[in-house]
Amino acid sequence: MNAVSTELATYNFAYLDEQTKRMIRRAILKAIAIPGYQVPFASREMPMPYGWGTGGVQVTAAILGPDDVLKVIDQGADDTTNAVSIRAFFKKVANMAVTTKTGEATIIQTRHRIPEEKLTAGQTLVYQVPIPEPLRFLEPRETETRKMHALEEYGLMHVKLYEDIARNGHIATTYAYPVKVEGRYVMDPSPTPKFDNPKMHMSEALQLFGAGREKRIYAVPPYTEVVSLDFEDHPFEIQTFDKPCALCGAENVYLDEVVLDDKGGRMFVCSDTDHCEDRRDHGHCGTMLAYDKETAR
Amino acid sequence: MTDTQIFSGAFAEPVFDAQAVFRTVMDCMARPGTIGTISAVAKPPQPLGAAAGAVALTLCDHDTPVWLTPQLAKSKLPGWLAFHTGATVTAEKQVARFAFVEKGGVVPGFDMFSQGTQEYPDRSTTLVIEVDGFDGGEPLALTGPGIRDEARIAPAGLPEAFVSLAQANRALFPRGIDLILVSGDEVVCLPRTTVIRNGEA
Repeated sequence: MNAVSTELATYNFAYLDEQTKRMIRRAILKAIAIPGYQVPFASREMPMPYGWGTGGVQVTAAILGPDDVLKVIDQGADDTTNAVSIRAFFKKVANMAVTTKTGEATIIQTRHRIPEEKLTAGQTLVYQVPIPEPLRFLEPRETETRKMHALEEYGLMHVKLYEDIARNGHIATTYAYPVKVEGRYVMDPSPTPKFDNPKMHMSEALQLFGAGREKRIYAVPPYTEVVSLDFEDHPFEIQTFDKPCALCGAENVYLDEVVLDDKGGRMFVCSDTDHCEDRRDHGHCGTMLAYDKETAR
Repeated sequence: MTDTQIFSGAFAEPVFDAQAVFRTVMDCMARPGTIGTISAVAKPPQPLGAAAGAVALTLCDHDTPVWLTPQLAKSKLPGWLAFHTGATVTAEKQVARFAFVEKGGVVPGFDMFSQGTQEYPDRSTTLVIEVDGFDGGEPLALTGPGIRDEARIAPAGLPEAFVSLAQANRALFPRGIDLILVSGDEVVCLPRTTVIRNGEA
């Protein structure tokens, strides 16, 4: 009797009921079979508001099993609100093993970054996506954007990038930079900085995208061509940074600006906290970290 | 007349077994040509095999009309599917979300099933076909998304015209059917993106 009542009080494994999981799983398989195409799915209400990663959470809940190790990042960081609460959610509803180490994770749910460490074949990256439709701000009607994808009519997107050049002299889009997947579908890589776009190309890891409010799932299988849209005379370029990370000295990584005081003081640090910590553990040292050590002495 | 065969043979641990089977199928769909192993045990009525039964239990429910070969349709499988998954059996290939072909069964032309529309290419049939094995047959060379260079399998027991059927299906992209091949406890997925050629080395 006691055992029964305990059973009743618990959630189904990974929160979602089995019928919902089957529905999401079927959508995931179709998404993998049609790379870059947004598969409609019956997104459920989740115990968190839209915009907090309900799409990513549903995808993660549908794929994870007891053997998985979960990592959640929010703008590259393991220790921000969204990441901490989603990690706690899956610990509670699925008793998941969680980690902050990129290399140890089998499933990485991410909000708007791809880890600096190269992902491997055994890993799945799950993106939280706010607006899955790359053409939405150019054409608000779903009936029209659907037709444009059907006819592979992406001229409007090139006009948008061209207008960037006409106004600013260069392509000013810095995040959610549109990509073409396997030469067919134009896809929104979710609002990751364009710095991360090249990591999606021929990635060893499976990449799944979940948009909860917009009720869409899409995917990029491993070893799939993901090409950022550009022009011959204005080729795609990623952001570059003048200085290395102030804490770990890393170069060629994506940096966040941190304002230090009201007198113009600032520092640039790795957005990927795990990558930064790992480098510091291995003895790498940036300018600000060295300074700290000396003053502490 | 009741038959116990209909009421038994589902997963021992429905939640975890379905998850394990799905992950195997997902990984195989993401890496066409990779042979996955289905560890969860399903015992569907003869003549359907264990792996195909496991796929049915994992993916089928009341939202997914299922098409069966005449041989399967007259077996106890429709009752088994209805009891364990809630899926209805349809005679219309165009409305089926999944289709099952037992080992040695005649594989209908892929174009008879739903291929989705240009606007909704996901509304297509997934075919689950039992083969004799993944070696010893005609060698196939696979390229496309999910494959770094080239993958090779040699499934035995596919229809003779398989390569031309698959090439015609590929030409329809983004429309087209997706294939799940099973044999014993092994599974290979061939999504519509995979380019399949005769692989005589």
